[in-house]
Amino acid sequence: MTIPPPVPPRDPQAAAAAAARFAAAAPADVRYAELDTPVGRVVAVMTRRGLVRLDYEDWFGGLDAVLEDTAEKLSPRILRGGAGLDPVARELDEYFEGRRRAFDIPIDWTLVPPFGRRVLQATAKIPYGEVATYGEVATRAGSPGGARATGNALGANPIPIIVPCHRVVRAGGVLGGYTGGVERKQRLLAVERGERALFG
Amino acid sequence: MPLPPFQRFLDEQRDPVWRFLVASVGRDAADDCFQETFLAAMQAYPRLRHGEHLRAWVLTIAHRKAIDHHRARRRAAVPVGATPDVATVEPQVADEETWRRVRDLPPRQRGVLLLRYAGDLPHRDVAAALGCSEEASRQAAREGLRRLRHEIGERS
Repeated sequence: MTIPPPVPPRDPQAAAAAAARFAAAAPADVRYAELDTPVGRVVAVMTRRGLVRLDYEDWFGGLDAVLEDTAEKLSPRILRGGAGLDPVARELDEYFEGRRRAFDIPIDWTLVPPFGRRVLQATAKIPYGEVATYGEVATRAGSPGGARATGNALGANPIPIIVPCHRVVRAGGVLGGYTGGVERKQRLLAVERGERALFG
Repeated sequence: MPLPPFQRFLDEQRDPVWRFLVASVGRDAADDCFQETFLAAMQAYPRLRHGEHLRAWVLTIAHRKAIDHHRARRRAAVPVGATPDVATVEPQVADEETWRRVRDLPPRQRGVLLLRYAGDLPHRDVAAALGCSEEASRQAAREGLRRLRHEIGERS
C-alpha cells in the first residue's frame, strides 16, 4: 500500500467507451461527420433543424478549422456522429453514383444572410444537369443587375453540392469560380452529365 | 486560448476524469458519474469565456458528482461491509484499498487528496475547486496523509 496513493492506472479503453456512451446520447447543438466523396473529403455539420454546412475539408483548412468556426458562429456544443448524419452520407453516395437527382435532407439556413438565402434558394431550383448564368440567378433572386453580389453569395454558399452552386456559370460558356476549386465544379457538372467513369 | 469544440474537450479530458472518478467512487459507479459530469459540463460549456484551466474545471464538476454519489449511497444505507467495491477489486488491490480509505476521510481531506493525487491538480486549483485557501488545501492534504499512514500502520 502506497502513501500518498498513486494515480489510478490509465485505462484509455474504459475512458473511451464511457466517452462514446456519452457522445451517443448527449444533447449536442451541433453534430458532424467527415465523409469521403469522389470530390474529396467533406465535413457535414448538422443542427437540430438540418444540414447547416458542408465544407471541403482541404479548402477550409482542415477539420479543426471547420469545427472552431462552427463553435464560434453557432455553438461550441459540438459532438461527432449521430443518426441525423446518416441520410447525408447516403444521399451523397447516391448522387455520386448517378442515382439521385435531388436531395431530401432538411437545410438549416442560419449561416446565410437574407439576400444570400434568396440567391441560394433560386440556385436550388436549377434542374439537375442544367446550368444558369449569374445574371439569370440574380434576376430569379429578385435582384436583376446584381450579378456580382450574386457571385459573392454563391461563393459564400455554406452547403455546396447539395445547394448546387456548381450549376451557376458565367455568360458565354465560361465556368466561373467555385468554392473548393474550379476542378470540383467541372467534376460535379460531369457527374450530372452521366460521366461517372471519369473518376470511378 | 479559445474554447475548443466540445468533442475535442471530451477527447482531451475523458482520461483524467475517468481516473479521478475510479479513485473517487470506485470502478462500478465511475460510469454513471462520468455521464453526469460531462452532461453538466456540456450544459454549462457555452458560458465559459475561454479554454484555460479546462481540466481543473471538469474535475471540479466530477468531484461534485462524486459527492452526490456518496450522499445517495449513504441514504441508501447499505451496510459498509456489503458494498460491492470490496468484493470486485482484483488488480492493484493494495492501491485500491488506499483509495477506499481516502473515501472514508472527512470531506475536506478526501476532496483534497482526490483532486491533488487522482486528479493531479496543483494546490492552487484544488483550493479553487473546494472553495478554500491554498494553505487550507495543503493543510488538509498533510492531515489526510498523516491519518492514512496512521490507519494503515495500525493495521499492519
